[in-house]
Amino acid sequence: MVTYIIRRLILAVPALIFISFIIFMIVKLSPADPTANLPLTIPPEVREQIRESLGVNEPLVGQYLRWARMMFITEPLIMLEDALCSAPRLPDRSMPDGCWQMVPPDTSRIISYQTRSPVFDLIAISLPQTLWVVGTSYIIGILIGMPLGIVSAYKQYSLVDQGATFFSMVGFSIPTFFTGTMAIIIFSVWTPTDAWWWLPSSYDTTHVVEDWDSFVFQLQQMVMPMMVLGLYNAAQISRYMRASMLDNLQQDYVRTARAKGMGEGTVVLKHVLRNSLIPVVTVIALNVPAVFGGALITEQVFRVNGIGYQLIQAIRGADVPMVQTISFIFAVLVVMFNLIADVLYGILDPRIRYD
Amino acid sequence: MTDRPQLAAVSGATPAGAAPEILSEAPRSQWADAWDQFRHHRGAMAGLFCFVSIILFVTVGPWLWGVDPGALDTRNRFAAPSLAHPMGTMQLGQDVMAQVMFGGRISLAVGLVAMAITLLLGTLIGVLAGFFRSLDGILMRLTDLFLALPVLPLLLVIIMLFREPLSQRFGTEAGIFILMVSVIGITSWMPVARIVRGDILAIKEREFILAARSIGTPPRRLILLHILPNVLSPIMVSGTLAVANAIITESALSYLGLGFPSDFPTWGKILIDAVQYTERAPWMVIFPGVLISLTVLSVNYMGDGMRDALDPRIRGR
Amino acid sequence: MKRSSLLLGAAALALAPAAALAERGSSGHLNIIYWQAPSTLNPYLSGGTKEIESASLVLESMARFDQNGEMVPWLAADIPTVENGGVSEDLTSITWTIADGIVWSDGSALTPADFIFTWEYCTHPEGGCAQASSYDGVTSVEAVGDNQVRITFGAPTPFPYTAFVGSESPVIQAAQFADCLGARAPECTDANFGPIGTGPFVVDEFRPNDVIEFSANTNYRNPDQPGFATVTFRGGGDAVSAARSVCQTGEFDYAWNLQIDPQILADMEAEGNCNVVTAFGTSVERLHLNQTNPDPSLGDVRSTAQAGEHPFLTNPVIGQALSMAIDRALLVEVGYGAGGQPTCNVLPAPELYASTANDACLTQDIPGAIALLDEAGIVDTDGDGIREYNGTPLRVLYQTSTNAVRQDTQALVQAWWAELGIDTELRNIDASVFFGGDPASPDTFQKFYADIEMYTNNFAGVDPQAYMANWLCDDWPRPETQWQGANIQRFCSEEYDALVAEMAGTADLAERGRLARAMNDMLVQSYSIIPLIHRGGVSAHAVSIEGIQMSDWDSELWNIAEWTRTPGMERQ
Repeated sequence: MVTYIIRRLILAVPALIFISFIIFMIVKLSPADPTANLPLTIPPEVREQIRESLGVNEPLVGQYLRWARMMFITEPLIMLEDALCSAPRLPDRSMPDGCWQMVPPDTSRIISYQTRSPVFDLIAISLPQTLWVVGTSYIIGILIGMPLGIVSAYKQYSLVDQGATFFSMVGFSIPTFFTGTMAIIIFSVWTPTDAWWWLPSSYDTTHVVEDWDSFVFQLQQMVMPMMVLGLYNAAQISRYMRASMLDNLQQDYVRTARAKGMGEGTVVLKHVLRNSLIPVVTVIALNVPAVFGGALITEQVFRVNGIGYQLIQAIRGADVPMVQTISFIFAVLVVMFNLIADVLYGILDPRIRYD
Repeated sequence: MTDRPQLAAVSGATPAGAAPEILSEAPRSQWADAWDQFRHHRGAMAGLFCFVSIILFVTVGPWLWGVDPGALDTRNRFAAPSLAHPMGTMQLGQDVMAQVMFGGRISLAVGLVAMAITLLLGTLIGVLAGFFRSLDGILMRLTDLFLALPVLPLLLVIIMLFREPLSQRFGTEAGIFILMVSVIGITSWMPVARIVRGDILAIKEREFILAARSIGTPPRRLILLHILPNVLSPIMVSGTLAVANAIITESALSYLGLGFPSDFPTWGKILIDAVQYTERAPWMVIFPGVLISLTVLSVNYMGDGMRDALDPRIRGR
Repeated sequence: MKRSSLLLGAAALALAPAAALAERGSSGHLNIIYWQAPSTLNPYLSGGTKEIESASLVLESMARFDQNGEMVPWLAADIPTVENGGVSEDLTSITWTIADGIVWSDGSALTPADFIFTWEYCTHPEGGCAQASSYDGVTSVEAVGDNQVRITFGAPTPFPYTAFVGSESPVIQAAQFADCLGARAPECTDANFGPIGTGPFVVDEFRPNDVIEFSANTNYRNPDQPGFATVTFRGGGDAVSAARSVCQTGEFDYAWNLQIDPQILADMEAEGNCNVVTAFGTSVERLHLNQTNPDPSLGDVRSTAQAGEHPFLTNPVIGQALSMAIDRALLVEVGYGAGGQPTCNVLPAPELYASTANDACLTQDIPGAIALLDEAGIVDTDGDGIREYNGTPLRVLYQTSTNAVRQDTQALVQAWWAELGIDTELRNIDASVFFGGDPASPDTFQKFYADIEMYTNNFAGVDPQAYMANWLCDDWPRPETQWQGANIQRFCSEEYDALVAEMAGTADLAERGRLARAMNDMLVQSYSIIPLIHRGGVSAHAVSIEGIQMSDWDSELWNIAEWTRTPGMERQ
């Protein structure tokens, strides 16, 4: 297994470089333009100058190589510098005394077209809210979806199963822009502002949790986006869990286990569940990178302004470096979790062998 | 749900009813068996009934109702449901019922065709990757690539390159339809491929596959007869979810101006446009929303029934 | 002028014994929501409205435009004119005098060197300055004494109030941006995200594409202003949710650019928590009628001079019929509400330039349009319900950017034109593509691969000279210019070109007004362009906010220093 993991990791490098090039080409080919959002009062010559200063018109391969150099060398080194140094940087971006300066402070970094600031700084400020909201909602989705799927498979066609089916199908087929807006109308607009169940419609990203009250506020502002996303995720996971459990409950080994006098709990939760987890693991592994990618629509509805919002803004503004970098990090996570899923398959079902 | 006791009654009655039938009419095809099983699945029949009703609603409905979905009536903006407008009117006085009937044709067609493409592509790639070790690496990297591609720029590129050639070749509407379903298909097959592959990795190590292999079953037969039936349930679930996904994705694309023109209503687009009017005119969101959910629910129940019908272990239970 | 009258008003208030004069910061906290979030606070690096307006809390210019489009001296002591000697007789230079006692928020004095630096910063060839056109024609900026700035132009400039006027070309601090010239501009992230200004507020924290925290500038020249101690400037969401957060949940006090269904906005306003305010500038929603042939079978030459004339849209009778069929008042009612007025002019404002010659179009006249077409012999010859012109059926492709209001307008216009026997195919294109100008994309508004397209255009400031020059014959977008060019509908008239040249050499205001009106009438009466709606900005503010004087000629937050909250309704 270890050699397999190492081999996969080594093979991932050329694959990722290839993926990053394809992403780059697609973003470059796309007809959106960084000056499209400017008012029409800005004349074409000035727009051309802006494009020129952004480097949009340089040869494609050169642009890609420059991005790749910064992505694979400069940015990791800068991150390492920061990791090794406890003091903050000096105003001119150089390292304070006693810290290791690996790259000269004026080395160019990946700069976003829209904000003209380093892309990694933008990711750093948007990631916390995305992890808070999308991450927790995903965990909630798993915590609700898996038991729901197990119960509705075990009690197939029972009231619980029918209810769960209804809930998950409606949850999956009604888009989040609708559930989100409904939640805002109910809990922010119709609810009186002084009621305890009133919830803010807008997520405050500058809020700092430092005591009980601020923690309660953090929970309050997370409830709606979390529920909306959680519903969607739980719906998906519970469907796969149920289907897979149903398949396995019919298998001969279940009858054998029961015949041997094993407790029903052991049979279902140990044998059947374990054998049913493969598709669920796949789905979860598919969706974990998406947690990093944020939730485009939900973030916009609740103004969470996390990675998803930054990405959609960047796409709208044809901000190639930003789209490129976020997509690439996303690709790394996809490849990584794909590998993790494969390893988990081997653990769940020892018959699966890759060597 | 209320049909629980009936279901219990059916599952109790089936063995008694089905078994002699099989005995008496011996040379029955597998498909007849499956249909027989499907027919006795209450959920599936309810789903089928509901689905057929929706199909009739969107095909025969406009012909019976006879109102032009594009007809504007600015004196009747946001009219509540009434006899003249059973589902109310929209922001320019369009009749919601005519809109959802007309819009349903496109939504259903896109949903089902895109689902078929998603399942075909996903299953094909998943099976090949899971079964043939030599193809696994390259196909899964391809899947990674597609998963990582930023969807919106990709769509902009595809639409820039193919919209006009397709429109010229097949006419505007057919061209956009082909573009839509292929775009949705090629951007949503990856989860299916990964799920199918994951299951096949486990199944192909089971004893019955070993047995089939040892008697020299060729890979094609092995896949079609022995492996595919065993990964049917996740495929069915994916199919149900793919319908919902396709209907919503189509609406998002049309909303962005990447899909059908704005005078072509679809359920998803009516819903997107209507969300801002939720308080003013709730009927604008309720009817398309309910129809989308009903479609997905009925597809889901039919999928359940089909899965049960095609699973020999359950059959006759 | 406006400012002095306000000071008089303040003085009058001070005389009243009971009226407590507002103290700086006495109104507490203000929450502003812009549903598009600013991505930088340096308006020279991003020309977007959201960046310019958020920066206008901090950065200021010599003069600003009030709600009537009148110039108000801001950092300057007065407005230079030929009469007061501030503008040279030959119209080649203008000399601004900096008002006394103006300091930057860090306490240092504002000097002419800052203005000179600002000009150098924005005109640096490698900087890609978004406001470079504000400095068009400027050959030098120099200090005169220690409080005057003289701007010299290469040619006589009848309207010299472009550089350092309005929110688009504010002064930035030389000391802060000294190392940020040209290609180094983007490296100065700290300066771009937290510019030091002379304005009423200073930046405490800036999160790009998210939120800005401001607090009152303790060095602000007016000791009683700003009224608010702190401001949170949030971005994100969409227009409807922004309106909702001011008018329904009360989480915010001011929401910008509420281009939403007027019915929804009216419903929200009726709940009594907010007031909707509008301001009109020069924005006009219009239809451009392609004068060249956009037939797809022509391939790459379509919509260019080589493609030849449009088969029927060059005939003004058809254009006139199209225009007469449109009920502009209904379009306003359905899509714009208080934020729009029907118009028949490309140049609807300022007052001086607004023609009245075309107002007949304000009333819809479908029978008249039908009669017009019938008389011209443009009738349905083959019985399919669509009229033919010289054998070509009148089928048009009508495109615009994606936007709910525009799609509603399209649907209404399509229905009216159908009554004339003209068949309309609709298309909407994502704004980032439509306005993107990518020469490789077939869907940009410049390429105009359609018969008719609709969007809004306007001009910055109050002088229409450069704007009217958009319709010169040689300003057609074409492949040789990478499809750049402002003459979108491919209009061409030698007579018009002559008027443009004449205006560039005329200084007399009344005469300029006459020329501009003549050009407007010539354009509109060619029916190559059909003006629809004079659009204004629409914003909403909480009822407790006072002192808002919304201007569409400048940043709509131009007088935020004067905003206060009704005493007793402060928030923390």
